[in-house]
This record gives sequence, structure tokens and C-alpha cells, in this order.
Amino acid sequence: MSDKKENRNVVDKIWNVFSSITLAVVIFSLISITSIVGTIIEQQAEPERNIKLLSKFFGESFAPTVFKMLDSFGFTNMYGSWWFMTLLFVFAANLVICSLDRLPKIWKVVKEPVKPLSPELLNSMPLKKEIFLKGRVDNARSAAEAALKGIGFKADIHAEAGGVQICAEKGRYSRLGVYVTHFSIILILIGAVVGIFFGFNASLNLLEGTSSAIVYDRRTGKEIPLGFDLKCNDFEVSFYDNSDTPKSFRSRLAIFENGKPVKINGKEVTEIDVNSPLKYKGITFYQSSYGFSPSKDSLFKVSVTSGAKKEDISLRFGESFTIPGTNINGKIADFSPAIAVDESGKLFTYAETMNNPAVFIEFTEGGKQKYSRWILKRYPQTWTVPDATVEFKDLWGAQYTGLQVRRDPGVWIVYLGCLVMAVGLYAAFFMSHARIWITLKEEKGGVKAFIAASVNKNKIAFEQKIEKLAGGLNG
Amino acid sequence: MDSSQFFGISGIAYILAMVAYIAYLAFRNSTVGVIATTITAVGFVSQTIAFVMRGIEFYDLGQMGVMRAIPLTNLYESLVFFVWCLILGYLVIEWKYKNRSFGAFITPIAGMALAFIDISGMDKNIHPLIPALQSNWLLAHVTMSFIAYAAFAISFATGIMYLAVTTENKKSGAYIFWTVTLGIFAAVLIAMGIDFMAFKVAARSPEAFIQSYLFKATFRNASGIIALLSYFGAAGLVFLTWRYGHALKKLIESFSISQEILDDLTYKNIAIGFPIFTLGGLIFGAIWADQAWGKYWSWDPKETWSLITWFVYAFYLHARFLRGWRGNKIAIVAVVGFVCTIFTYLGVNLLLSGLHSYGGG
Repeated sequence: MSDKKENRNVVDKIWNVFSSITLAVVIFSLISITSIVGTIIEQQAEPERNIKLLSKFFGESFAPTVFKMLDSFGFTNMYGSWWFMTLLFVFAANLVICSLDRLPKIWKVVKEPVKPLSPELLNSMPLKKEIFLKGRVDNARSAAEAALKGIGFKADIHAEAGGVQICAEKGRYSRLGVYVTHFSIILILIGAVVGIFFGFNASLNLLEGTSSAIVYDRRTGKEIPLGFDLKCNDFEVSFYDNSDTPKSFRSRLAIFENGKPVKINGKEVTEIDVNSPLKYKGITFYQSSYGFSPSKDSLFKVSVTSGAKKEDISLRFGESFTIPGTNINGKIADFSPAIAVDESGKLFTYAETMNNPAVFIEFTEGGKQKYSRWILKRYPQTWTVPDATVEFKDLWGAQYTGLQVRRDPGVWIVYLGCLVMAVGLYAAFFMSHARIWITLKEEKGGVKAFIAASVNKNKIAFEQKIEKLAGGLNG
Repeated sequence: MDSSQFFGISGIAYILAMVAYIAYLAFRNSTVGVIATTITAVGFVSQTIAFVMRGIEFYDLGQMGVMRAIPLTNLYESLVFFVWCLILGYLVIEWKYKNRSFGAFITPIAGMALAFIDISGMDKNIHPLIPALQSNWLLAHVTMSFIAYAAFAISFATGIMYLAVTTENKKSGAYIFWTVTLGIFAAVLIAMGIDFMAFKVAARSPEAFIQSYLFKATFRNASGIIALLSYFGAAGLVFLTWRYGHALKKLIESFSISQEILDDLTYKNIAIGFPIFTLGGLIFGAIWADQAWGKYWSWDPKETWSLITWFVYAFYLHARFLRGWRGNKIAIVAVVGFVCTIFTYLGVNLLLSGLHSYGGG
């Protein structure tokens, strides 16, 4: 017997600890303070970067030691560390138990509709008003009903000795708003846990024209099979006029299963950009970056127009084409992904991505040099050469698209949690539980009306309503 | 006239309004009060016009539809919008409470924010949207965040006023807290003003300003003596605020602003700001991040600091309702909350790096 009692005590004690607001404060503070450290120490970065940062605070000689200490406690990847997870778990447990602890009392209020009260209780209400009305109780009653309706309340009438008591209330369930909000936080945390255990977060760099059936985990670098092939048909960056500010970058992706193309929304090729990803079989592909990695197989795509004849040509570096209708040859002799002119008029390459791609073409006729030109993709005025118009359309197979790949079966729980939170916050902050009691008693020459009311929030607005109600009774 | 001229008019109007409101506090002349309100209203209308015009300029440049033509894409625009929300909130309070005295406390915040824009020499040009910002969530996320920030700013002002009214004893913790906070605020702003005058900087971005100029004329001066003097100066300012802080109490009291009104305003602004911040700042931000980056929460500095701010205000509400905290204790929490808000908004952009760094342009 005594054992059981002791067990109970221990459970009670633990329960008390977890239901205390003191624990909530301690957890809030711990999460905040460690998070601050986490925003200063760069997460998952090269050790040198953080040592450099630390040496500003602790000096060159101490920085490596401090770094080692922080690293061993997991501060360099702290949001995934076991102790940070523990903090979040204790936070969740605290929230659940706090809510459970206080819920029964509130539930009782929420379950019970407003009912007639004794004169003593009515007298203890925060808002009171007494008015003397002419006429009979019946008239006063219908006036009260109408007045209550006028301020948005439905009257509930109870007969009493010598008169009636009318009760009305609104927003009873809004008292649950706080608990709905708490519950939504738990939902979001559950969603996050589901995502961590049953999903993955990976990345993939895919060169134009290539495909892949695996992606690489962002943290561990481990290979994750997709179960299908993803191919990048094309990648393209566009810029705002005459600037290097990218306007958009987009990839054209195709999915193959067992070698056969799969249609998504009726299309075999889906174009994605930064804010519109591709989803297939629970896996989402986000456009996140791009890069430049040319090879000897990359294809220069040009469109040559001479008179009425137009020809689209693809060729490799060093190869030649013929201007249609002539025997003039053009040879791809040089290339720059981002060409610019310096002050002395010399050409140079200013970036390692295709910001301003240009191709240098040498034109010959019968083996003899005629002329040569730089042709810039973004500047049509450079496309005209004496014998034709040569549009440089693309260097294909030289850019890769940087994709973020994610599978997160928990995201719907998170979204649901967000929705529930919006509802909970609305109820908690913008709705209130208001109750009104009106007792009508026959007195000589008329009716004595006593209004008592209470509200749990937004008192000033409610007082105005009660004024209106009193006015309605009189009129 | 283009938007920048209207912004200029509103900036001058708010600074004049600040002077007028302070004069109103000092002379208690109702004509001065009416003038102060008029100037503020003129500034507000002018800023509204400027905001719409900048939106149209932006629309023409971006050609991406109305939803993406909201000029809230960089630090400059967001600060200007913050000031707009703040003045709107103030005008509503003045009208509802029929009391002009708050103006002297709110318009300085607006004036300081606009001064900060000039001092930091931040880039005011319209820039087209980079791909990550081309989302319809931009509108909801950013506007709601700033409405919440503005509500928090008002709660900060009323919180400081509350502490000023209720504390008398110079040795009490609450008195020291509010005077030191106010003193540091003033010292930092003055130091930035000195930077501006010393360097006449027109650095392209606030990052460049922070790295190369911030506090270089004072605390971070190459000459150790000047740096030391700056620290003494700042300490002196904090000391003066502490020494003469009680003057503020007399001033506020002479305008019959009661403790209750101040406490109520602090609470109301947090009660409005908190749900809007949760929904617009945290939830919409998470949804947008999920769509753009494939991660609804990545613990980047901006997100982490938002969460810390959220914790502080959540604590304010719980302490008030569950523990029945009132008075100085709760006012201090409100002030701390706004300090965190400022850090979330400015400190992270200026001092910490992360995914949000495009917000600094």
C-alpha cells in the first residue's frame, strides 16, 4: 500500500513539475539562449570560418580550444543535436501537461450553457445596471428579447417567482482558443518529427541533357534512390535588362519510369522555377541554384539566316558550319560565359556562370580568312555579320541545375497545425465569452429590470453593448 | 513629382511633428497640439501617396502583376512601411483616446527610423525582384510582419512610459532598467549620427556601411583615445538619462495619462501584434519558405530570432493571464520584447548572415 502511495507521489511530483509555468519559463529561456549562440556560430560550416569568428572574441590562441569545446557540445550543428531535441521535447511535454492540467476547469465552463443565477451571484458580476420600466413583465420580456437580438444575443427565458430571468451568451467556445493554439503547436512538432523520421532532404546537380536515379542526402551525403529517373532537358537563366540581376532561372525536367516518359499534368516536360517546384510520388524538386560546367560535348546552338534561308545548327567547340546558300564557313573559335570590356577596350570574362555568354566565330571562304566576330547571346545587335545573321541561342549541356529534393510526409500535419493555430489564435485574441442575465420583476406601477453581465476580454466594447441593450429595454 | 519627393515630404513632416508634439507637451497649448496632428496627418497622406506611386513604378519595372508590385522588398522599403504602420497606429490611438501626449513618444520613433535610413545611406533605388522573392506570399508575409512590428513598437513606447510613471526610486531595478535602455537607444542613435556627419557616407548597402563605417567615428575609431572617449560619452549619456529620468514622469503625469491607460495600451498592442506576427510572420513565412526553398523551417538567424521574439511575447501573455503579472514586471517584458523585435528586423540583416541576406539590399 505504502509503495503505491509513494509511486503516486512521484508521479504527482513529476506532473507538477511539468505543469508548472516555471518550467515553461526555464525552457523558453534555454531554447532562446542556445538559439542565440546558434545564430552567431555558423551552422554546418567549415571549422576555419568559426575559428576566425571566435578569434575576434577570444583571441587567436584561445579560439581553436573554444571551438573544440563548442564543437564537442554540438554547437556547430546544434539544431540537430540531441540536447536541443531534448529541449524541444520537454517544451512539448510541458505544453501538453500544462494544457491537460487546466483543461478540466475550462471544459466545465464550456460544456455548461449559461443558466439562471441567484440574486447574490448576479450582484457579484462586474457589470450591473438597474432600470425601471413601465408596463407589464410580458411587454418588458419581448422588449428584452428584441434588444438582445439587436446586439447579437439569443435570449433564453426562465420563469421565476414574480417575474422572469433571461440569460444569453456568446462565444462560449472561444474559451478553448488557448488550448486549440497549444494543440496546434503540438501538431506542428509532430509533423516535424514525422518529416525527420520518414522523409529526406537531399540535393542534386544535374547537367543539361543528363539524368539521375539517385539524389544525395544534404547532411550525410548518402545516396538515396528515387525509384525513377529525373532528366534535365534544359536550363535557362534570364536577367533583367542590361544587368546581372537574375529575373528567373528555370529548368525543364522530365521523369522516366522503366525508360518510359511519365506525363505530369498531361505534359512530359515540366518547367520549374524558384517558387514553383515539381512534385512526383511524394518527392518535390525545388529549383535552388545553378552552375556552369562545360565539356567538349557541350553544344553551341546557333541559328543562321541568310536571305530567306534560315538554319538551326548545333555544333561542338572547334567545329564549323556553312552559311546557307554560300560557301562561307564559320568556325567556333572561342567562348566566354560572361564577357565584358575593360576600360582599355580589352575583352575579359567577369564571371564563372553564363551571365553574358559570347561565342567567337571565325569566318573563312575557300580556306581564306574573311572576318571574325564575337556574338553575344543577350545582344541582338552583335548577331549581324556581313553575309548573314548569326543568332547565338545557347551553349547547351554546359549548365547544371541545382535542385533541392525533399520528401516530407509530415508537411501536411504541419500545414494542418498552422491552420488550427490560425483558428485558435483568432478565438483566443479576437473573440470573447460574454454572458448577460436580465431579471424582470413586477413592481408597483411597472417592472424592475436588473442587468448583470460579464465578459472575459475586451471589456470596453462590451460595456458599450450593454449600454445599447439598456437603451433598447427603455425604448 | 515622383515617389521619392513624397517620401521626402513625409520624412520632414514627421520630424516637424516630433518637434510640435514635444512643444505641445512643454507649453500645453491646444493650438500647438492641433498643428502637430495636422502635420502628422499631412505626412501620413504624403507617405501613402508615395507608397502607391512607388508601387506603380515597381509594377512598371517588374511587369509581374499587382500581387508582386508591393514595394516591400528591401530594408529601405520595409523601414518606410514600418513608419507608415506606426503613424497609422498612432493616429488611431490619438483619435480613440482623445489624447495627444503619446505623439511626443511615437513620432520620435518614426523620425529615428527615417533618420536611420539617411544615416546608413542605404540604397533607395528600386530593384527588380530576385527570383526568391517572386511569390504572392511576399505581400501577406511582409505586410503582416510589419503591422505586428509597428504594434510592438507602440507597446514599447507605452511600456517605457509606464515604467517612467511608476518608478521613483533611482536605485530600484525597474528604474535602472528603463533609463539604461532608453540611454543606450539614444547613445547608439547619436553615434550613428556622428558616423554620418564624419563620413558623409553614401555606401551602397547597409552591409557595406556596417562593415566599413558603423561606429568608426566613435566606438570603433582607429584612435584608441577617441574610442575610449566614446564609451565614456555613451556611459555619460546613460548616466544622465538615469539621473534626470524622473523628469519624464512629471511630464507624462502633467498630461493626465494614467498608469492604467499605459498598461492597457501596452497589452492591447501586444494582443494585436502577437497573433498577426504568429500568422503573418511565422506561419506565412514558413509556408513561403516551404514553397521556395523546400524547407518550412531551417533555423536560419532570421527565423530563430523571430522565434525568440515570439517566446518573449508569449511569455508576456502567459505571465499576465496565468500569473496575474501587472505593473513594472510586465512592462519590462514588453520592452524586452521590442528589443528582440528590433534585433530580428535589423540586427539579423545587418550583423548575422543567412538565407534572408537579400533583405538587406
